Amino acid sequence: MTETQARNPQPPTARVSPPIAKEAHGVAQARSLFDRAILRQASVDAFKKLDPRIQIKNPVMFVVLVGTIVTLIEAIVHPGLFVWSITAWLFGTVLFANFAEAMAEGRGKAQADTLRKMRAETEARRLDENGKEVRVPASALTKGDRVVCESGDLIPSDGDIIEGIASVDESAITGESAPVIRESGGDRSAVTGGTKVLSDRIVVNITAERGHTFIDRMISLVEGASRQKTPNEIALTILLAVLTIVFLPVVVVLEPFGRYAGVGVSVVVLVALLVCLIPTTIGALLSAIGIAGMDRLVQRNVLAMSGRAVEAAGDVQTLLLDKTGTITLGNRMASAFYPVGGHSEEELAAAAQLSSLADETPEGRSIVVLAKERFNIRERDLGPDHTFVPFTAQTRMSGLDVDHRQVRKGAAEAVKRWVIDQGGTLPAELDTIVERVARAGSTPLAVADGGDVLGVVELKDVVKQGIRERFDAMRQMGIRTVMITGDNPLTAAAIAEEAGVDDYLAEATPEAKMALIRSEQEGGKLVAMTGDGTNDAPALAQADVGVAMNTGTTAAKEAGNMVDLDSNPTKLIDIVEIGKQLLITRGALTTFSISNDVAKYFAIIPALFVTTYPQLRALNIMRLHSPQSAVLSAVIFNALVIIALIPLALRGVRFKAASSSAILRRNVLIYGIGGLITPFIFIKLIDLILVALHWY
Amino acid sequence: MGFFWTIVALVVLLGLSWRYLGSYLAAVFDGRVHFLAPIERGIYRVVGVDPEHEQSWQRYASSLVIFSAISIGFTYLIFRLQGSLPLNPQHLGALPPVLSFNTATSFVTNTNWQNYAGETTMSYFSQIVALTTQQFVTPAVGIAVAIALVRGFSRHGTSTIGNFWVDITRCLLYVLIPIAFCFGIVFVAQGGVQTLAGPVNIHNHLNGVTQTIPRGPIAFMESIKQLGTNGGGFLNANSAAPFENPTGLTNFLSIYLVLVLPFSLTYTFGKMVGSVRHGATLLAAMVIIFGCWVGYTSYAEHQGNPAVAAAGVHQSTGNTEGKEVRFGDTSSALFGVASTSTSTGSANSSYDSFTPMGGMGLMTGMMLGEVTPGGDGSGLYTILIYAIVAVFIGGLMIGRTPEFLGKKIQAREIKLAGLASLVMPLTVLILTAIAVSVHAGRAGPLNAGPHGFSEILYALTSQGNNNGSAFAGLSGNTAFYNIVGAIDMLIGRFVIIVPALALGGALAEKHPVPTSVGTFRTDTPMFVGLTIGVILIIGGLTFFPAVSLGPIVEQLSHHRFF
Repeated sequence: MTETQARNPQPPTARVSPPIAKEAHGVAQARSLFDRAILRQASVDAFKKLDPRIQIKNPVMFVVLVGTIVTLIEAIVHPGLFVWSITAWLFGTVLFANFAEAMAEGRGKAQADTLRKMRAETEARRLDENGKEVRVPASALTKGDRVVCESGDLIPSDGDIIEGIASVDESAITGESAPVIRESGGDRSAVTGGTKVLSDRIVVNITAERGHTFIDRMISLVEGASRQKTPNEIALTILLAVLTIVFLPVVVVLEPFGRYAGVGVSVVVLVALLVCLIPTTIGALLSAIGIAGMDRLVQRNVLAMSGRAVEAAGDVQTLLLDKTGTITLGNRMASAFYPVGGHSEEELAAAAQLSSLADETPEGRSIVVLAKERFNIRERDLGPDHTFVPFTAQTRMSGLDVDHRQVRKGAAEAVKRWVIDQGGTLPAELDTIVERVARAGSTPLAVADGGDVLGVVELKDVVKQGIRERFDAMRQMGIRTVMITGDNPLTAAAIAEEAGVDDYLAEATPEAKMALIRSEQEGGKLVAMTGDGTNDAPALAQADVGVAMNTGTTAAKEAGNMVDLDSNPTKLIDIVEIGKQLLITRGALTTFSISNDVAKYFAIIPALFVTTYPQLRALNIMRLHSPQSAVLSAVIFNALVIIALIPLALRGVRFKAASSSAILRRNVLIYGIGGLITPFIFIKLIDLILVALHWY
Repeated sequence: MGFFWTIVALVVLLGLSWRYLGSYLAAVFDGRVHFLAPIERGIYRVVGVDPEHEQSWQRYASSLVIFSAISIGFTYLIFRLQGSLPLNPQHLGALPPVLSFNTATSFVTNTNWQNYAGETTMSYFSQIVALTTQQFVTPAVGIAVAIALVRGFSRHGTSTIGNFWVDITRCLLYVLIPIAFCFGIVFVAQGGVQTLAGPVNIHNHLNGVTQTIPRGPIAFMESIKQLGTNGGGFLNANSAAPFENPTGLTNFLSIYLVLVLPFSLTYTFGKMVGSVRHGATLLAAMVIIFGCWVGYTSYAEHQGNPAVAAAGVHQSTGNTEGKEVRFGDTSSALFGVASTSTSTGSANSSYDSFTPMGGMGLMTGMMLGEVTPGGDGSGLYTILIYAIVAVFIGGLMIGRTPEFLGKKIQAREIKLAGLASLVMPLTVLILTAIAVSVHAGRAGPLNAGPHGFSEILYALTSQGNNNGSAFAGLSGNTAFYNIVGAIDMLIGRFVIIVPALALGGALAEKHPVPTSVGTFRTDTPMFVGLTIGVILIIGGLTFFPAVSLGPIVEQLSHHRFF
């Protein structure tokens, strides 16, 4: 258990009301989907992206651009309202696609700007070999340098504390305003450049090379500068290229076919048909979907080091979840008093409360609270003649000496030993109760007053509310949840049962964790886990999705492929859902794009040949006004649908955990059947508008 | 009612065959059938093959291509040397080079497109050694490819997909030869002609005309013609001729034989990948489309010909123009759809004389890529390719990188599946465009206008899909159509086979992803729907413009669809 996990028990409802809303200074600023500044920037970028070197990366849109040029030439040579309208709308199609991508990127860029401000030039106090301070600009620091930071200083670069302890304000990165403690040695020694030391003095050993600090990486990530196509995106691009290549001859051969039939087929209409048939909708939105997927993670304060990791998250079949902080609230809470040796429950409660008065641990507080709830035992003022006995690792007890009483509470074994030393006797039923409590997954605390054992307090691990439902949802999606805990198997089994996880790994060591990941992967499964300690690093690297807590060590952060700035392990579940949502959005829009073609055929094919074969008018089932209005309506629909779907691409399609069959049924219905019907309605509508405007 | 009972009998027989023949086929290719082991070993010894040695997909494909190239050369030589070869009672001379090339290609690609009339062109030696041999070998090749692809799914982490020589040998020995032999006997018993004696001349004393009645080793060629989804008949009139298809029973058996292996192979697939449900899923997709096409085409033919109706003739027996009266309208339509949906291309009626809508049923049956149920082997490997595309799109829609039978479908698989599924439409459309653009091509069709266009489109669709059925009307025996057709057939066969084998190789290397409830189910009615969707959309979107200029325009000229 780390301190942060204990300190920051994010309720499982975090997904419903994402933390982004309240975090104004973090990386993830809440931005409306159509932030005005982003819109303005995206409109400009849409034109900048017309560069053919950029366009060629997207085969579908490149074909549209070439088509636009062809119709433009035709429009110049044989000007007319129709040919100019088509040219304009084809050009619009290209721009809309650029705009969609620019919108997705714009959101990242805005975040990058915030981050850049943090990277502003600071001065570092570097220590030379003799331990003397030299003031150098932060940009001059390299790996292995040692710097001194005192209260009020910005930490100049990423590193590990090698000397001292300090409270650090990390709000610049996490958005969390409460300062955190960083100290040399152990799992909390890592500090991030750009964060601020609030108190004390530390010496930091710089671990990042220039330009490769955490903030640098974050900037390039949110900006999408280092964005590479993910495996699935590549596969989909190939499929879209295939669909483009196949439609090219389908359209081109209509010229000779038409000539054979004695129809002069207009090049403009052929280009229009081609653009309508190739999957422009998904082609235009594909990269926006990918960028937006990463962005959605950033919105939840998770940084994915690669798109590949986000995609893998959708495929995860096994989730390794740390018990503490993820499944349980992290603090054990007193839940029951079991008196022994003829004492009453109230006597026990009173003694337990007394022994806990000075105990500021969450466990101690919870005993006081329970005593008050159950027997209305109030906190009392103690006389001057009292001594607190603090908990130590040796005694494993704490308590209070007051009015010649010695009240103690602690681990059953320790208390038993102490009672015997005091010359007391042990009630017979004590061991039975201790064992029963332990078996139920709780921690038994024995309470004794001098040589007299009063009873046992049950400290229960409190399972987070609603976590069971989330695990049920995971199970529905075919994801196995495994709880990782250092507890003994007995306790682990009880909590696993209560939380509803599929399996547990008790008395987990880093090696056991690693072995578990390996064995799952050998079966072909993809594994996701969270971790923060240096000893988690190998497992984080081995896992397909390794989410390192931002509070964790540098080693852990480097080993994982995602960093959670909130250090909230429950988020692993959100990450999986975002990964799935990303893939679903791609699939849904591909299906939609292809289904749209049917209606477009019915608009354009009759228009193409109706002059020679008037009987083909029967195929004009939408009863479009004229061949020209039909073609133009299809082209306009094709362009506008891109704009209409930008919000969907950026937000992702609605995703609700359900069985694969249910999800498929829903999406086939909406995007397959819906994609078949929608264009019939809208092409007709656009045609009616064109006619109403007396354009055709 | 006759039609109804035909369908019932067909369903029962094919159902039984699916279950038992399908399972037997799996046993054959898993090496569990041994009753001809001595002969099998003998063949391996003669050919010099180590039956235990497995091949990578590259070796498998190169063995197949080399074998096919040698077959084309060998067959070509027989045609060219026909005059000097034995078993030639009619003393027929050598075939011209382009026709020899087209015909050799046609039979080696399992197309059996015939730019010649058998009885006046081919000696018995050519019919037996060149043509019938290929009719046995090519379905074995097709089935071998399908099995190799299926092994890609059933094997894990290996680079081999079987041994080409072993697969075709076993397919011939244990499947094609025994079944064809048994049914050959039935055809003979029913009156199919089987003789090496030459044609007979009959002098009709009443009108003084002498008629030459062609004969030959017909009946046994007939059974493999249908079983092997070949379709190339001994006689020009193909299955409309009584010597090839003497009775109602042989007509029924022809339909059965055409369909039996392509349908049964889906069971084999299911069995080999350890999930018969998956086989049933593909079968369902095939059967649904096939059923619709039979219904549609039979209905169109039963409605009669709109051109005849326009002349005021009442057609109570449907469209009988160009049909054998003994088979009738609906039964001929059933035969036609079975033959065109299976890459067989045999005919018991004139497809050119079908109604425009009926003709479209036949043409589009091929345009869907010959997967309903398709040719021997080719139907299975092609529908698996379409299924991979369906898995990819459907899998994405449930939020996982798609997988099919535990194998992840990634960039490489999509590249290969994409290539294999666009080859056929691309080839057919481009070659048709060339044919309608050049003088040599425009000279081909008998009719003008949309029907003429249909004739050209049909011919190139038929060859590109290795079907071999002819719409007739097109003068195909020209240098242009012989060469263009041969190119069409070669691309349509091998440029799909090689990616299919590569796909098998790529899949075999993969380790399976365990299935869970989150896995995209590929054995459900939903997946049947998705696969049908992909087949119809790829076929429909690529051919809709072309078809609308042919049969659709023609039908609409009669101011009605039906």
